[in-house]
Amino acid sequence: MSDPGSATPSVPERPKLAPGVRLHFDATRDAWMLLAPERVIEMEGPASEILQRCDGSRTIEQIIDELAVVYTADRAEIADDVTDMLAELVAKRMLVGA
Amino acid sequence: MIPAPLGLLAELTHRCPLGCPYCSNPLELEGRVHEVDAATWARVFREAAALGVLQIHLSGGEPASRRDLEEIVLAAREAALYTNLITSAIGLGAERLARLQAAGLDHVQLSLQDVEAASADRIAGYSGAHERKMAFARSVTELGLALTINAVIHRANIDSVAALVDLAVSLGAGRVEIAHAQYYGWALHNRRALMPTREQVDRAVQDVEDLRARYAQRIVIDMVIPDYYARRPKPCMGGWGRRSLNVTPSGRVLPCHAAPTNPGLEFWSIHDHSLAEIWRESPAFEAFRGTEWMREPCRSCAMREADFGGCRCQAMALTGDAAATDPACELSPMHALLGELAEADSTANLADYAYRGRSLRDRREEEK
Repeated sequence: MSDPGSATPSVPERPKLAPGVRLHFDATRDAWMLLAPERVIEMEGPASEILQRCDGSRTIEQIIDELAVVYTADRAEIADDVTDMLAELVAKRMLVGA
Repeated sequence: MIPAPLGLLAELTHRCPLGCPYCSNPLELEGRVHEVDAATWARVFREAAALGVLQIHLSGGEPASRRDLEEIVLAAREAALYTNLITSAIGLGAERLARLQAAGLDHVQLSLQDVEAASADRIAGYSGAHERKMAFARSVTELGLALTINAVIHRANIDSVAALVDLAVSLGAGRVEIAHAQYYGWALHNRRALMPTREQVDRAVQDVEDLRARYAQRIVIDMVIPDYYARRPKPCMGGWGRRSLNVTPSGRVLPCHAAPTNPGLEFWSIHDHSLAEIWRESPAFEAFRGTEWMREPCRSCAMREADFGGCRCQAMALTGDAAATDPACELSPMHALLGELAEADSTANLADYAYRGRSLRDRREEEK
């Protein structure tokens, strides 16, 4: 049986957090957390740097450009990581287009 | 090392205009005169945030029954907490909702009783409730607030699960909870009028699987499992005293809604102790924390850190022993009996509900 839930969703051109979703720095756990309805997700590695740029005004290409500078890393590699992570959040309805 | 809690359920009041027969509030409701005031809630929210709580769930009763709800929402956001309002929508118009949004409300969870107004209003015991909920849901999404629809599922609406999810999608909800009734409080009291048949439950569970595929990326569907017909127990509260706490309208701090049904547990109050002291040291939280309290078959079970032996309150209600294995687990000697109990209830020819809190209200009316 085909399962549309397993297909990789496309990332919107200008991504932003969905209504009811926000980033929060948790001093108790010394970590960035993504807070959503009945969900708490700890942001690991560059995840918070990526999401802080998902403000609905930057394009996905701009976000990748900025992160390539921040991490002085290969742009293609960054692009894959960013796209994978954001696609996962789209699938969870935590990220939408501006 | 005791982990920090993630969530706090603040029961602002036990007052509610609705009379839902599956309400998780206790049969003995706490009165208005004992309700914690807004300034004290603000202090509790600051203590909660310092303890590591990230999300606050403003519940009840109906939280909108409190005239100072705006002040309470503001206090939660000033403590940097993710603020979720759990409401029936009664007493909450569009203007007041906009004020709550301005105060920093993050999310609204609206309860629906059924798809059709006549059935929904009968379940809620409140004429006109469903229509007001529909208007309220539109206000929520018009304001750009995030909306979850919660539907408690039982015999009278279990065949409408798919229609309830369709309705949630059409209302613009981002999330829907298909919450099979959990038999505590008023639901336990009304179990014979609420319990669905095994066939209905099997169908409803399959419906949710199909709906998740159909609505992937359009709506998140969370299901609370119907554990009387389950083979393994739910990991109740994610483990006793492990992830969350409840504060009652009068300020007693509980590991879960039903904890006071366990005789002999000692609960501490926010009026006498800080929230951190209560979380770490109060006898009720210590009672079933971790796995030390377990006996066989839980003690040596590979699942002991995954489901924590199920629910202590259900073990208490059904076996008379809070440290017993939850009978929802097939390893419990009571398990077969639980299935028989559910099947007998499901075919009981009983349609009348004991509406939540109505006897209390009637008493108050008489006193006037």
